[in-house]
Parts: sequence; structure tokens; C-alpha cells
Amino acid sequence: MVLFLDFNPFDNLLCILLGISFTVWFTLLLVFIIVPAIFGVSFGIRQLYMKTLLKIFEWATRRIERGAKDKNHPLHKPYSNAIIAKEPTSLEEEIKEIRRSGSNRDLDSASEFEMSDIFYFCRRGVESIMDDEVTKRFSAEELESWNLLTRSNYNFQHISLRLTVLWGLGVVIRYGFLLPLRVTLAFTGVGLLVVLTSIIGFLPNGRTKNFLSEKVHLMCYRICVRALTAIITYHDSENKPKNGGICVANHTSPIDVIILASDGCYAMVGQIHGGLMGVIQKSMVKACPHIWFERSEVKDRHLVAKRLSDHVEDKTKLPILIFPEGTCINNTSVMMFKKGSFEIGSTVYPVAIKYDPRFGDAFWNSSQFGMVSYLLRMMSSWAIVCSVWYLPPMSREEGEDAVQFANRVKAAIARQGGLVDLLWDGGLKRGKVKDTFKEEQQKLYSKMLRPTWGPQNGHSSAP
Amino acid sequence: MGSRASTLLREEEIEEIKKETGFSHSQITRLYSRFTSLDKGENGTLSREDFQRIPELAINPLGDRIINAFFPEGEDQVNFRGFMRTLAHFRPIEDNEKNKDPTASEPLNSRTNKLLFAFRLYDLDRDDKISRDELLQVLRMMVGLNMFVSQVLRMMVGLNMFVSQVLRMMVGVNISDEQLGSIADRTIQEADQNGDNSISFNEFIKVLEKVDVEQKMSIRFLH
Repeated sequence: MVLFLDFNPFDNLLCILLGISFTVWFTLLLVFIIVPAIFGVSFGIRQLYMKTLLKIFEWATRRIERGAKDKNHPLHKPYSNAIIAKEPTSLEEEIKEIRRSGSNRDLDSASEFEMSDIFYFCRRGVESIMDDEVTKRFSAEELESWNLLTRSNYNFQHISLRLTVLWGLGVVIRYGFLLPLRVTLAFTGVGLLVVLTSIIGFLPNGRTKNFLSEKVHLMCYRICVRALTAIITYHDSENKPKNGGICVANHTSPIDVIILASDGCYAMVGQIHGGLMGVIQKSMVKACPHIWFERSEVKDRHLVAKRLSDHVEDKTKLPILIFPEGTCINNTSVMMFKKGSFEIGSTVYPVAIKYDPRFGDAFWNSSQFGMVSYLLRMMSSWAIVCSVWYLPPMSREEGEDAVQFANRVKAAIARQGGLVDLLWDGGLKRGKVKDTFKEEQQKLYSKMLRPTWGPQNGHSSAP
Repeated sequence: MGSRASTLLREEEIEEIKKETGFSHSQITRLYSRFTSLDKGENGTLSREDFQRIPELAINPLGDRIINAFFPEGEDQVNFRGFMRTLAHFRPIEDNEKNKDPTASEPLNSRTNKLLFAFRLYDLDRDDKISRDELLQVLRMMVGLNMFVSQVLRMMVGLNMFVSQVLRMMVGVNISDEQLGSIADRTIQEADQNGDNSISFNEFIKVLEKVDVEQKMSIRFLH
């Protein structure tokens, strides 16, 4: 009691004001965000927010363009499309063309080798130095218009005063209001997940447990979705994955999991991490059977395959969620799908996820940002807007091997999401390309040098 | 990160590069974006490893030689100017301005300079002559190793022809050393005019005088 005598009346007033604003804040939070999350309804606030933001972005871009025109400076336009024109001709066609232009002899009696043959390799090499299909997939997509985030602006010198004020306002709103709100929500969501799933873990296995576990997972993921202000549009929900199936999707960021799991229940697959992630993983698996692997087990492909197939055979268990690319790609393309999940033989439910980069780029460049700084960037963007398409289920056909099946699924996802379908391995983000590709090129060229003399060429060409 | 790209490249530098290489303003800023995205060490220069990280270049049989062309004699790093100077060889010739200053030196993308770029891919020791060995080396790079084939075939001396033919089919269709040697000899024979058993740059130009170098060694920009 003695302590209170030292406080002057202003402090008392301050305490009361803080208390009131805190209560108001929390009530608003509860009513507008958490309760709808529990029941899966929405007030439409986020849609309105999105439309307003779009109008502001367009205005901002027009201002920058006008500013640039006034000063007569060319504007830096990002190369979201290709820089150079690439002809899709094959090695054989091109070299024949080069040889044809250089000689007046008939092509059938053409020489085996011309010094001009290297022009083909030269040009292809320099073309790939100027612009290649792979390396640009591992860094964030560049935007045509500016979205008032410093991180995506390339034309600083053209910003007028009005625009700067707007940008400053944006910073205040994002870091002062949105970020704390979102962080609170994130902690609430994760905390509830850990606590509730641990409680449910005490129940005996059965229908009640599964039902409750579903509800709890959905609720917590929905809170997390709101923690990111993710505005998601789900298409074709009649194709949602069913028990005993495998759901595959293209991978852009760890947020993909939250986006899919807030609309349906999945069994996750992954490696057990330490720290906070590990705590979450361990408590989740108490409530429903997710598939977590120890670090040592991950290398054992047979073990992985066995556990996955055991899981899909049990029809009471939830569909597995897998990202076959194995790494995060920047959402402009789909890269090679690893064949492991396609060998198991159950129905595959493809899902395409496409983010709208205008509101915040969701791609996780793991070589540039750690997980925490990535999440902070996500939570301080305007919003995460994305579309999810549930594609019709696919199964392996007769005479199709796992790789062909994987490519078929990949093509379907790429087509739906409007992404480029690439055969390159996402592992090229960190690793070197295999020598077999170079050897293929060399084989192709060797065929052009078909020697026209000697008995040695009794062998037929190429297996 | 491309965000700092065009702000780090000063207008004066862009003008200088424009004059030296003939690229337009927008082409230079785009290629600068590309340069910075390849520059993982963010120190303003590219090393050989930076180039080798491009998968399409790594699988190009002449990839290493092409990368070499960017690095001046004995150096391991190339800056943006050097990068642009080498890329300038591939500008289409039609892009050159019509009223050229007659006192200006030959543009980097002239027919002769394009041929010189190709010549230097063959001429590894830069002695201005393509020797038989150098020609063989390039042929071998483009055709691929098949040392294994010749070794195995030599082992198979005692066995009958059918087995060694099957083995050859299994191991690969690439060309043997002897065949490449003949190709090299024939090529030098056809090109060599002064009888020194190697191909000089002028002889090289003569051999390729009919080839449409301007089109085949040019890369068109979309903007």
C-alpha cells in the first residue's frame, strides 16, 4: 500500500486509460477475428481492404511514371518477362543451318565437321548468361507496379512528396498497427494449437478425438491465416483431398502449409526440428497422426516410402500433404517433382497455389532470410493474397512410370496456376547440375559428326 | 536482390558503356540487373563460379571456354564493364547507328570481332594460331569423353567382333580418338594456306567467309 502513495494522479489516470484501451483492443480482436476464425465465417473486411489497397497502388504507380516523364528519365522496368529472343530450334537444326549458309555443297554429302559449328554453342552459352530459365526462379519476382513497400521499389528518385507522405503513412500503419496485431494473433494461434492438441492427446483414440482434433487444427490455422492477413480464394472445393490420398502442391513458402490446412485437415510430413517448431510438431502428433521423421531417417528412402504407404492404406487417417519440389520456388514456375511420393500408388490430389505478389511477396529465399526475419517480413507486408485450386484427382496409368506420372501432375498444376513448367530440379538452388545433361548434348553433337568413311562405323547409332 | 540495381549504376557510367558497346539505356540497366543477380558475393565482380552456377551454361559443352572469354588474361574477376564489353560482341549488326563516326574504332559487334571471339575459343594459348592440338581439344569437348570405349575395345582384342560391337553400343556412340584425329587433320588441311600446319586468324576468316556470322553470332533483345 505504501507504494501507491508515491504515484501522482497522472500515473493513475494513465493506468486506467491503458487498461481501458487494452480491454477494448482485446474485445475487438476477439469479436472480429478470433470468433469468426473458430466458426470459419468472415465479415468481408479483408476483401474491402484488398480493393482499397489496389486503388492506392495504381495511383502510386501512375505518380511515379508521371514523375519520371517530367524529369525525362527512363523508368527502370523490371524484367519479369524475357530480355532476349530465344529461338526454340534444336541443336541439329541450327548446326545444319549454319553449315548450309557456309557452303554451296548439297547437305547430304556434307562434311562431318565445320569450324563454324561452335557458333551454336557460343550463342547458346552467351544467351544463357544474359537470361536463363533457372536462376531467376530462386529470387523474388520483380513487380511492374509499386506497392508502397521499400523492398520492391527501384525508382527512388522519382517519388514525389505526396507519394513519400503516403509511403510514410504506410510504414506507420504496417509497423505500428498491423505488425503488433498480427504478432499477437500468431502467438495466440500457435499457443492455442500447442495447448489444445496436448489436451486432446489425453483422450482415447476414437471418433470424438478425431472430431475434436479436426476442429482444433482448423481453428488454430484460421487464426494464423488472419495473423498474416491472408486473403485466400479456394476454387473447386469438390476436389478436396480425401482420406487415403496424397495431396501434392507447388511450394513457395512455409505459409503454404497454413493456407492449405486452414481449409481441410491433412497429415503433415516432415523432419523433426528442434526449438519451437519441435514443440509444435510433438504436440500436434498427439492429437492426430502426422508423419515426422528423425534427421537420420530422412536419408533412408525405403523407410520413408514404407511409412507413407502404411499411412495411406489406413483409410481412417487423413490425406498426406507433400511438396514434391523439395524446396521453395518463387511462384513463377513449377520445377521437377521428386518421384518418391508418386511411387506409392495411391490417388494423388494435385493442388495449385498462386500468390498475388502485389500485396506482399510470399517467396522464402532461405539463403537470404532466416525463418524469423521471413515471418516478420510477411507480417509487415500489406497482405498475402493467393488463389488455391483443387484439381481433380489423378492416378498412375497403365504403362506409366513414377517419373512420367509426376510430370503429368506437374503439368496440370502449372497449367492451372499459370506457372511455367520446367524440367529442372529445384535442388539446383544449392547444388550443381548433373553431368549427364552435358553428356546428352555431347551425344547429340556426336551424331552430327557421322563419319562417312571407314569400316569402324559398323555400329548403329545411339542406344 | 534487384532493388538496389539501377540506383548503383550512375548515369555517366551508363553513357560510357553506351558509347563503348552500343547497347541502349534500357538494355544496359537490364543487363546490370542480371549482373547483380549473378553476383552472389555482392562485391561488384563476377568470378568463374558465379557463371558456373547457371545450369544451362554448365551443361554447354563449351561452357568453360565461353566463361574464359569474359576474363582478361590471368584475372579471376570481371567487373560490369568487362562483362558488357564481352556481351557486346553478340549485338546484332543492324542495331548499329546509321551515321557512324568514321574516325571511331571498329564496333565490338562487327563481323570481324564476332569471328575473333569464336577464334579465341579455339586458340587457348592466345598465340594467334589454332594448332592441331587446340582443334582436337575443342572437338573433344564438343563430342564428349569416350576414353572408356577405346580402352575397353583394346582389352577386347582376343574376343570376337560381335561382342565388342555390342559393348560399343552399350557404352556410347561417341567418337573415338582416331576419328577425331582424322577430322582435325582434314580441317587443317582444308584451311591452312601458308603450310605451317595451323590455322591463323586470316585463314579462319577465309574459311568462314560465306557463313552468316552476323545472324548466327547475334542475340536479339526484346526491347
